Amino acid sequence: MPTDLVFKDPLVELIEVSFSYEDSRPVLSGVSLRIPRGKVVAIMGGSGSGKTTILRLIGGSVRARRGTVRVFGTSLAEIGTDELYRLRRGMGMLFQFGALFTDLSVFDNVAFPMRERTDLPESIIRQLVLMKLHAVGLRGVADLMPQQLSGGMARRVALARGVALDPRLMMYDEPFTGLDPISLAITGKLIRQLNDALGASSIVVTHDVQESLQIVDYIYFISEGRVVAEGTPEEVRDSTHPFVHQFVHAEADGPVPFHVPARDYRQDLQTGR
Amino acid sequence: MMAQGPVGFVEALGARVNAMITRLGFASRFFWLILKTSGTSFRRIPLTVREIYFAGVLSLIIIVVSGLFVGMVLGLQGYDTLVRYGSAEALGTLVALSLTRELGPVVAALLFASRAGSAITAEIGLMKTTEQLSAMEMMAVDPIARIVGPRFWGGVISMPLLAALFTAVGIFGGYLIGVVLIGLDEGSFWSQMQGSVDLREDVVNGIIKAFVFGVAVTWIAVFEGYDAVPTAEGVSRATTRTVVTSALAILALDFVLTAFMFRGV
Repeated sequence: MPTDLVFKDPLVELIEVSFSYEDSRPVLSGVSLRIPRGKVVAIMGGSGSGKTTILRLIGGSVRARRGTVRVFGTSLAEIGTDELYRLRRGMGMLFQFGALFTDLSVFDNVAFPMRERTDLPESIIRQLVLMKLHAVGLRGVADLMPQQLSGGMARRVALARGVALDPRLMMYDEPFTGLDPISLAITGKLIRQLNDALGASSIVVTHDVQESLQIVDYIYFISEGRVVAEGTPEEVRDSTHPFVHQFVHAEADGPVPFHVPARDYRQDLQTGR
Repeated sequence: MMAQGPVGFVEALGARVNAMITRLGFASRFFWLILKTSGTSFRRIPLTVREIYFAGVLSLIIIVVSGLFVGMVLGLQGYDTLVRYGSAEALGTLVALSLTRELGPVVAALLFASRAGSAITAEIGLMKTTEQLSAMEMMAVDPIARIVGPRFWGGVISMPLLAALFTAVGIFGGYLIGVVLIGLDEGSFWSQMQGSVDLREDVVNGIIKAFVFGVAVTWIAVFEGYDAVPTAEGVSRATTRTVVTSALAILALDFVLTAFMFRGV
């Protein structure tokens, strides 16, 4: 673990966390990771590797079966709903496809957390919303409905909504999925800019290697529910770790096999079903 | 691996009953959470008014048109039967009692379940599918208080009003057939009705029925939406379940309520 990053007193900490949904195979087994203050950290791994579950654990949507999840210094295992909601006020989350409220306009979507969580007068809310939308370059679409936006724009509006209350921790669930190259670059840039402007910490769950390596400070690799490698972007690029190498260089075969385990091919073809 | 034959059948039956009871438990807990968080629906009246508009006002056309036709059919059928016994002037009584006691609340509730109940389930189910409910939770806003509560109370408030409107329009339909078309005496049509329909016994009981149906249908609708499997197929199944379960619940509750309200009277 590098020493130049502030890993002491992290904002978020997972210690030996295991998790499984009811009656199914373990999603996470003994995951430990730390999110330092003021940094952007990526959690990378293939689809179904348990990345999103880590965000759900940090957000308190699900509880760890074993181990400790500590957010802002508080262990989530020991708190009730009220305390969890209080912690969530310091968090913002960008969902994979934005999750904008389809019955509210762009303006009202960004204003939603302010109206729900604060007693600010409408005139101040208006100014704040316009500032947030301006920060993501979309002040001009404030009156449109979410259905009228492109996927990239919807993601940016959701980003503005996510940072509406200046969270200490921003979480991004696959922020780059389904975006064209321009929108992808804009989203990446915004994640970095907003993090630095807010003095927040960010967790980016993604499998987009190239974009992430440009914007993040530290990377955890997750495979089959475990942290298999970690390091700074430079370390990751030069890594000889077989999984990291396969992932970063997008190789079809490696520690993650091309073929899902199955019966013998010849036998399978001959049996007829 | 499930055993075959009779043992397997009993096992499957047991599992099904078990699942049903568990679901009922979830639904009851959900109902309690709605009641517990209902403060939001009443403190922030615009939220509930919006849902009254969607569940109630937008159901007006189907309620009015259906009420008119049901009333007109009652007029025709009632006259046809009553005239055989020489008591055609009792048509007003027949139409009004049928509608206030039974057809008003029951048919309006069935229409409400198909028009508004299904819409509520689909909307909440789709909000779940597109992670809007999760997003709300992550913003420290309780979706049961903010989304479910107003829809529940919007439905509960709308239902008795829609049933009353259905009944009123139905009586007008009976009047159109009995008085305007067939030519019964207008005075006796209305006065017989006035004399035999009791406010407490008939009208209030009808409103109580409509209120109970409103609670049942809207509860089923919001629960099915909230509990839907977050996929296109899951939402479609949940919507179907809302309509089917609501219809059964309305008819079963109607029997129970009728048995309590009108036995031997």
